Amino acid sequence: MFDLKLAGGLLLALSLGGCAALETGPAQTVPVAASEAGVTEYMLDNGMKVLVKPDHRAPVVVSQVWYKVGSSYEYPGITGLSHVLEHMMFKGTKTVGPGEFSRIIAAKGGSENAFTGRDYTAYFETLSKQHLETALRLEADRMHNLVLDPAEFAKELEVVKEERRLRTEDKPTGLTYENFNAAAWRASPYHNPVIGWMSDLDHMTVDDLAAWYQRWYAPNNATLVVVGDVTPEAVVQLARRHFGPIAPFDDLELKTPVEPVQHGISRVEVRVPARQSYLMMGYKTPIVGSGVGGNGTEDWEPYALYVLSAILDGGSSARFSRELERDRAIAAAADADYSPYSRLPDMLTLDGIPTDAHSTRELEQALLEQVERLKSEPVSRAELDRIVTQLVAGKVFERDSMFYQAMQLGMLETVGLDWRLSEQELASVRAVTPAQVQAVARKYLTRDNLTVGELVPLPIESPTATPRPAQGDQTGD
Amino acid sequence: MIDMRLLFVLLIGLATTAQAAPEVQSWRTQGGAKVMYVQAPTLPMVDVRVVFDAGSARDGDQPGLALFTNAVMVDSAAGLDADALAERLESHGIELGNGALRDMAWFTVRSLSEPDTLDVAIDSLAGILAEPTFAARDIERNRQQLLIGLRQKQQSPASIAGRAFMSRLYGDHPYGHDPSGEPASIRAFRRADLQAFHRRYYVAANAVIAIVGDLDRKAAQALAERLTARLPEGRHAPELPTPVAANSGIERLRFPSTQTHLYLGQIGMARHDPDYFALYVGNHVFGGGSLVSLLGEEVRNKRGLSYSVYSYFSPMRVAGPFLMVAQTKNAQADETIAVMRETLARFISEGPARDDFDKAKQNLVGGFPLKVSSNKQIVEYIAMMGFYDYPLDWLDTLTDKLEAVTLEQVRDAFRRRVDPQALTGVVVGGAAE
Repeated sequence: MFDLKLAGGLLLALSLGGCAALETGPAQTVPVAASEAGVTEYMLDNGMKVLVKPDHRAPVVVSQVWYKVGSSYEYPGITGLSHVLEHMMFKGTKTVGPGEFSRIIAAKGGSENAFTGRDYTAYFETLSKQHLETALRLEADRMHNLVLDPAEFAKELEVVKEERRLRTEDKPTGLTYENFNAAAWRASPYHNPVIGWMSDLDHMTVDDLAAWYQRWYAPNNATLVVVGDVTPEAVVQLARRHFGPIAPFDDLELKTPVEPVQHGISRVEVRVPARQSYLMMGYKTPIVGSGVGGNGTEDWEPYALYVLSAILDGGSSARFSRELERDRAIAAAADADYSPYSRLPDMLTLDGIPTDAHSTRELEQALLEQVERLKSEPVSRAELDRIVTQLVAGKVFERDSMFYQAMQLGMLETVGLDWRLSEQELASVRAVTPAQVQAVARKYLTRDNLTVGELVPLPIESPTATPRPAQGDQTGD
Repeated sequence: MIDMRLLFVLLIGLATTAQAAPEVQSWRTQGGAKVMYVQAPTLPMVDVRVVFDAGSARDGDQPGLALFTNAVMVDSAAGLDADALAERLESHGIELGNGALRDMAWFTVRSLSEPDTLDVAIDSLAGILAEPTFAARDIERNRQQLLIGLRQKQQSPASIAGRAFMSRLYGDHPYGHDPSGEPASIRAFRRADLQAFHRRYYVAANAVIAIVGDLDRKAAQALAERLTARLPEGRHAPELPTPVAANSGIERLRFPSTQTHLYLGQIGMARHDPDYFALYVGNHVFGGGSLVSLLGEEVRNKRGLSYSVYSYFSPMRVAGPFLMVAQTKNAQADETIAVMRETLARFISEGPARDDFDKAKQNLVGGFPLKVSSNKQIVEYIAMMGFYDYPLDWLDTLTDKLEAVTLEQVRDAFRRRVDPQALTGVVVGGAAE
């Protein structure tokens, strides 16, 4: 099997990769909750949440600070602001110089970075356990003491524009993905790319960043997640010492546009120099929590959609691989993606590459036939069993990665859900019936609710055949 | 005067030796395959990685054959067609992986350690290794997918540059062509080509089996025997020729992109190079640290020229490349090349700054526990150790060897091994506007 890389999930998150305070408050912070899987939750007096999951397999610790801010908090004209701010968080505070954060962590043997998504901005360090306090001290410092220097900003903004050129301008599938989202979402801020539109980057000022930092970087808008060779009591004590003194903000109100009902198929074409066509399709779908407020979404629906996507693409025995890639040889690759967890309603997406014997339109037709079959026939018990078995095994396998475990807790909490969902997921998926899969297919996978994006390659003048004359070894000297 | 730095280094040394590296055991199967094993009882799971000296360096005059063979092998085997094999694995929650680069071709399975499930995993993998079907349908499907994969690479200026760089630097050496092959060669492969490649290279004497997980030594031995029972002993792949730079100077390729991708480098080092640790530590200072390095400081932090800028040595069976990479908007390409060259030339003439050098070593030594903190990392490490014939205590002695590297050794090794005046480069991008 040779896996072709598709653009699904692309650009959901961007990575950078590019002063001890006095102790205050009560002597103890008692756990708010603890779970079977060993997660302990605390709430500091200033509203900062702390989640700790001990894992004693190695003398190592992962520390992540998650903020409830990302591109879905932005509005036209300031897109990309959350991500640029993430870059600037490495450029120094009142007491720590530009780049010093990274140098301190590196000298302790640690690795660190950050990522920005639609619904979150997160900063992480992985270290030997004895250095956890260094990470927390530095994270607490940049939560409220960031210095936004105009000269540093000017350079870093250019770095981010290079990042955008790399990921989007010069990447046909990246550009298609950006256009696809922009076409699908009319009002929802998922319309905007995480990295921001180039013209918004051009207009961005250091004052925009300062205001954004003031508005969102506060303990009551953040969650600390620590997984590793630690005890919950020791972690919360350190968290209290370093984050405890930071004052919370009052007003975190956010007005988010609600996506209006779609009344017919949306199509978008991207015609750029490329070599290979590519197709994306997406149906607007609910997520866990969509039912709050009684809009007709049932609590089981997101899990039925998860099962539906796994019926189509949960491995090489699933329908897409078996029928579209192998039996009919109409797709060289075909994917289905759905996540039940995000801040705002999202899409179930299908994407793929047609084989040379078939057109993109024929691939689209084949994907639509797969969708129609989900509506007309109940899925088999064997398929459901396979999905549950894979999930049971997957839950064991994911414990091999401390980073992944921390990611799950932080992401669930930060998109406004509850970290306990990761422990309930298996039961929720197990409970899904064939009738429920059929029901969500009929309800959400409809033509009027569909967006289709297509990459149409324009010729590239044979790039490797017509070099400029080599200029020898002296270029730029 | 007491050297405080030395004291500090000694203390770090003590702290790290206290954190034991995983205990690696090794033996050979009856059929002659090397086994590397670490017991990891905490999670009820097992990782197996089987590595063959069957990467694209073994393609001969058929570029892409190693990757193609590896890809088709996992589809159908031991009487099961692609549907049945996938169903068998996935209905037990087993994860199968495969791939091929220049030196290695590999297969991985990850399974729960529960015996019935693990049996299915091992039995299936044993079939894939010894009795792949090479069904006509599988061959045609993979041919199509590889051709499309090549087209995707041809629309990425970074892929074009990386590929052209290796070809320009290595010429006709087995490392010179890309593992993904060329359209003409991929179109020409016949079933007999795959079968011949499989017969020659997928043999016990050319294999390393790495096992990490919740099973004892006895069970691991039985597992390794089952995995290879039907593999002929065969012969190890022959030695590769020593690479020599085929071209120097910079080649420019026009591509309709807003950025220009810069790949500059030289022939670097082999796995068992006597300068391995000096070059490794030196590169960590120069361009290897993820957010902290000289190259990152000059190109990205000081000038904002590039998002992703780094350098590395890729140590391989014989000398792999030393490479510096950056990408920048077309108008800044020449400036960025100049900064990269000057930074390298200065690093070589002055050597690393004492403080940078000490901190890079602290990062590598102190960061060691992070690199062996999961079964997945450990199985990759021990497979690599087995493949390149490292001693079993390689992980135990790694931090000591890093500690022992001196600044003078780094400066000396870079002066002898890297010549900033003789770089080979490929530059792919649009015209400066």
